[in-house]
Amino acid sequence: MSREQHMLPVWFFIGVLLTVYGVIILITAISDFSYPSTVVLAQYHPDIWGGILLLLIGGFYTIRFWPRKR
Amino acid sequence: MSLLNAPVMATLLETPARLISLSFSDLLIIVVYFVVVLGIGLYLRRYANSSQDFFLAGRDMSAWVAGLSFLSANLGALELMGWAAAAYQYGILAAHFYWIAAFPSMVFLGLVMMPFYYISKTHSVPGYLQLRYGEGTRALSGISFAFMTILMSGINMYAMALVLKVVLGWNIHFSIWVASLTVAVYVTLGGLYSAIFNEVLQFFLIWLGALAIPIMGLIETGGWSGMVARIQERVQSDTYVHLWSTLGSFSANPMGVHWTGIVFGLGGVIAFGYWTTDFLVVQRAMAAKDLRSAKFAPIIASYFKMIVPLIVIVPGLLALAVLPFKLVPESALQPGLHSYNEVLPLMLARYCGPGLLGLGVTALIAGFMSGMAGNVSAFATVWTYDIYQPYIRKTESDAHYVLVGRWCTILAVILSIATAYFVTQFKSIMDYMQALVSFFIAPLFGTVIIGMFWKRATSKGGFWGLLVGTVSSVVMYTLVKVHPAYLSTIALSPNAKDMAENLYRALWSWIICVLTTVAVSLFTSPKPASQLQNLVYGYTKMSDEAGLPIYRRPIFWGAGVAVFFAVLQWIFW
Repeated sequence: MSREQHMLPVWFFIGVLLTVYGVIILITAISDFSYPSTVVLAQYHPDIWGGILLLLIGGFYTIRFWPRKR
Repeated sequence: MSLLNAPVMATLLETPARLISLSFSDLLIIVVYFVVVLGIGLYLRRYANSSQDFFLAGRDMSAWVAGLSFLSANLGALELMGWAAAAYQYGILAAHFYWIAAFPSMVFLGLVMMPFYYISKTHSVPGYLQLRYGEGTRALSGISFAFMTILMSGINMYAMALVLKVVLGWNIHFSIWVASLTVAVYVTLGGLYSAIFNEVLQFFLIWLGALAIPIMGLIETGGWSGMVARIQERVQSDTYVHLWSTLGSFSANPMGVHWTGIVFGLGGVIAFGYWTTDFLVVQRAMAAKDLRSAKFAPIIASYFKMIVPLIVIVPGLLALAVLPFKLVPESALQPGLHSYNEVLPLMLARYCGPGLLGLGVTALIAGFMSGMAGNVSAFATVWTYDIYQPYIRKTESDAHYVLVGRWCTILAVILSIATAYFVTQFKSIMDYMQALVSFFIAPLFGTVIIGMFWKRATSKGGFWGLLVGTVSSVVMYTLVKVHPAYLSTIALSPNAKDMAENLYRALWSWIICVLTTVAVSLFTSPKPASQLQNLVYGYTKMSDEAGLPIYRRPIFWGAGVAVFFAVLQWIFW
């Protein structure tokens, strides 16, 4: 069995990081919802969409590559 | 290709006020990144105990991991910022440095050259040169590579500190030391494993951090055609949105180049020279778990290389279309104005509010740090295997060389910091440091490719070809610096501009290297066939992929890159 199969895959670390980022960005976006930032096209709420995207990608990688006993 | 831009740095020094203010959530995102990369290094320490693990990540990486890190090793933050600036300045022509650079050279590396690198079981490009040509060629390339790698690492660190000073208002010393020590810890602990893991992480961060710009920008302009219309209205020309149709003469396009320079200089020599011989990127493919994965890694990378312009070139074009003020060259910078090189941070600040902004800034920081990590891990490998082991201590235990590699990593970071401080005192030196890198790339490609495909190439031929090719590049560069009129001689046109110098100098130095190698080889004795096994075409048993379904063969996906490339050229002609 190769070394890579015992080691936690890089995809797991990516999943965890993106999930954390998704949570941070979504919380920030929701708490600032009534006070949108002054960036251009803020009315489209790119932060909410970005947070959701990060959660989806991060969640997928975290669950898919969660360490399991072999 | 990492084309660190000295004018970028000079510009940023002059800009007085910071561009971006970070909120608490932005800072939190940055801090989390540092915690995670250090955690990854600590975790991987237990797996990096043999020299194969520490220097080559156990030769255990899947094609996807090797491929994404292969691309990310090159996709540094300074390159992103530099090429976004180039897109603002030259239009879509800047995309050539991604598209014609990606194909055919990256595909060529995967399909044609990786078998020799991988089957020979060499640990580095200088290592291959030692096997093929002997110690002289290995020493010349190894020492020059080690030297350049440290310089580039230091420049990268200084550039990062400067960007963070201008963009965020951070103290330069703080940025240099925090980032350098973080890199030192995670690479010393986990070796190439750490460097690769963090490069793959960086790949995701860069994409997710920068994606808001093209999406929101194209919404603002009403799509691609809306952006093009605005650009044409502003610059009163349509030369900024055509990839090939304006390259018939030097004076017909904003970049001042001819299609021969793009095809033969950039696509033929510079791109091949960088992607097939720069050990920083080739090392990632060598870390693959088997030959098929090693062949796939550059091919996977080339697909993503083709779409990087979405987050680099498109922001530059969008800036040309939407920014309410005009950006200026560095030479015209004054208080209150912004230079071309601030395009990417300006567009980040335009569309990204709290949270997303932190993600974008983290992506830039990650890009800088990965650049340094890649350089120090490559330096440690070349120093240990190609200088220390052959010339200083030949017969030590594997554990000894791993320890040397770890200390070498720390030494490399210290030297990088020293280089960064040196550059703060002598800023114009960056221009020369960048040129230094360009001196070796094209001749090295000539030496390697002849060695792989011509059995008759001799040790003396390889050495003298590399040396003469490199010297010729230095001479041409110096001539143009001292007397700019020589540019018209090198580029064969009085209308050539500065960008053309790089392209044509690479082409000529490659030709000179090849001719010298051939000439010297014909008058000297080649190695016997027994010493060329697995090093030269005709003496290397390639893997037989006939039994695999076509979609599992690297050549199928390599052909896909060719189709993708052709479609892009046609669309943006």
